[in-house]
Amino acid sequence: MLFSMGMIRFLFKKSLILLLSLWCVVTGTFFLMHAVPGDPFIGERVIPEEVMRSLYAHYGLDQPLWVQYIKYLKGLLRGDLGISMVYYGQSVSRFIRDAFPVSAALGLSALCLAVPGGIFLGTVAALKRGRWPDTAAMVVSTIGVSVPNFVLSSLLQYIFCVKLHLLPVARWESAAHAVLPTVALAALPTAFIARLTRSNMIDALGSDYIRTALAKGLPLFRIAIRHGLRNALLPVVSYLGPVTAQILTGSFMVERIFAIPGLGQWMIHSIHGRDYPMILGLTVFFSVLLMVAMFIVEIAYSLLDPRIRVQAKQEEAHAE
Amino acid sequence: MRNDYPGYWQDAWRRFSSNRAGLFALWTLAFIGLLALFGPLFSPYGYSDIHLQLHDTPPSAKFWFGSDELGRDLFTRIWWGARISLFIGISAALIDMVLGVLWGAAAGLAGGKTEEAMMRICDILHAIPYLLVVILLTVIRGSGIGTILIAMTCTGWINMARIVRGQILQIKEMDYVVAARLSGASQLRIAARHLIPNTIGPIIASVTLTVPTAIFTEAFLSFIGLGVQAPAASWGVMVNDGLSAMRYYPWRIFFPSAMLTLTMLSFNLLGNALRDALDPRLRR
Repeated sequence: MLFSMGMIRFLFKKSLILLLSLWCVVTGTFFLMHAVPGDPFIGERVIPEEVMRSLYAHYGLDQPLWVQYIKYLKGLLRGDLGISMVYYGQSVSRFIRDAFPVSAALGLSALCLAVPGGIFLGTVAALKRGRWPDTAAMVVSTIGVSVPNFVLSSLLQYIFCVKLHLLPVARWESAAHAVLPTVALAALPTAFIARLTRSNMIDALGSDYIRTALAKGLPLFRIAIRHGLRNALLPVVSYLGPVTAQILTGSFMVERIFAIPGLGQWMIHSIHGRDYPMILGLTVFFSVLLMVAMFIVEIAYSLLDPRIRVQAKQEEAHAE
Repeated sequence: MRNDYPGYWQDAWRRFSSNRAGLFALWTLAFIGLLALFGPLFSPYGYSDIHLQLHDTPPSAKFWFGSDELGRDLFTRIWWGARISLFIGISAALIDMVLGVLWGAAAGLAGGKTEEAMMRICDILHAIPYLLVVILLTVIRGSGIGTILIAMTCTGWINMARIVRGQILQIKEMDYVVAARLSGASQLRIAARHLIPNTIGPIIASVTLTVPTAIFTEAFLSFIGLGVQAPAASWGVMVNDGLSAMRYYPWRIFFPSAMLTLTMLSFNLLGNALRDALDPRLRR
């Protein structure tokens, strides 16, 4: 029953929305970039007209906009995101190939810290509801949600590197270099997951089957782990979408503060240098990455949670 | 008999005032708001007055929060920054609210194919990463408060639209609304008497929780170099300036960071408290 008609229709609808959103992003960014007044070759240096014309021809800027658009779309399908205008001749895809592994390693280690950490904090808070561990966990997570990433990064850097000299200040060389950036990047998602796990766990602990198990005299701890956690964890899967977005945003700031040669750092550089093709290419890359991640998470969640399957079926029945 | 039950607002206030975190947040925000309005008056300096001989001085009687690399008074700049951050945060939240309520209510009331189409548009826009849209628009339009507001609100209203539409769908099916419709009340009267008053709690809570996101986004943009332009100073700009001087002049990063965090924390606490106080589903 995993792939009922309703489920297939649900998947189809979601994929269609994903494709439309992707198309919106690509088209929107393309036309926005071309709406910028002037062009990349107008600068302080006066370029002779003939050189200008051959530059235009080289980058295809002399063609009508829709021809450029089609060309751009075709390039995207081949994974060609254009060429940087600040670092002459370097393709955006090459930057991504070099820098993305670093960002991905940092992001994944933050995720590995945030998911178990958040679940642990949230579960403890729910089990000790209203007592000091709950208050402590919730105070920590409220603060965690409110401290901007760059503030936390600077604070950690100041305390552990400048004052205590315990860890290296910046760069990406050894495991010790990765500690602070990972913690800084993981803080927000940890707090976020802890809050949501707590409220799910409290809901789960109040449900009938848990009350039955309690009435039968099973110890609370075992019930919480065996029954409560299982139900409270399912929604955590659906947080992974927003958490990916949080980590990506965070990486812009954390990579800059800790001088980590990842994609977030390149994004900031290209914004400062007004390197339009690079900004465009990276935006498209990040958007596709995030949107596909969200899509996978949503599909995985609906496959895992029988309640969503039922909902999809009901919606279908409703639509008939 | 009728008056045995407290009214909605009375009840909400009772619940809100028993929430210590919420009250703390309210007082803190009132304090920050007052200082943003009147703080610069207490200081003999303007936000861009330069004292080159007195650059990077630590907090003292002359410069309460110290001074920056051009000898500008940080106390004055912090409260000017508060004006910018609060203005952007509150305006963005209000614009999101207006757009979202109109769209969501229209979709919820229209029903059928129109609603379906309106919500699909929301789905498509919702999938587009918020911060990337903001960055892209700011890069293209050039930085400034107006651009930041446009960039933040062009996809920011979608959450509100979804909340409002969800609420309206729920309430539309309630017995008392059906009864009102059967007794001949017009669509407009039902909207004004039943639908809007009953959605207002979640709307207020959600607006409050949008403010810290907007303040953060502004600080983030300023931090990556897309925010307000010098000599104006937002908190994000000051944190960014202070970062390079952190080792020797830590107060330059401390004060703006602390204010930014305190403001976001207070809005988050206030929003949570309001949600608990105003959500009718939790009413006992």
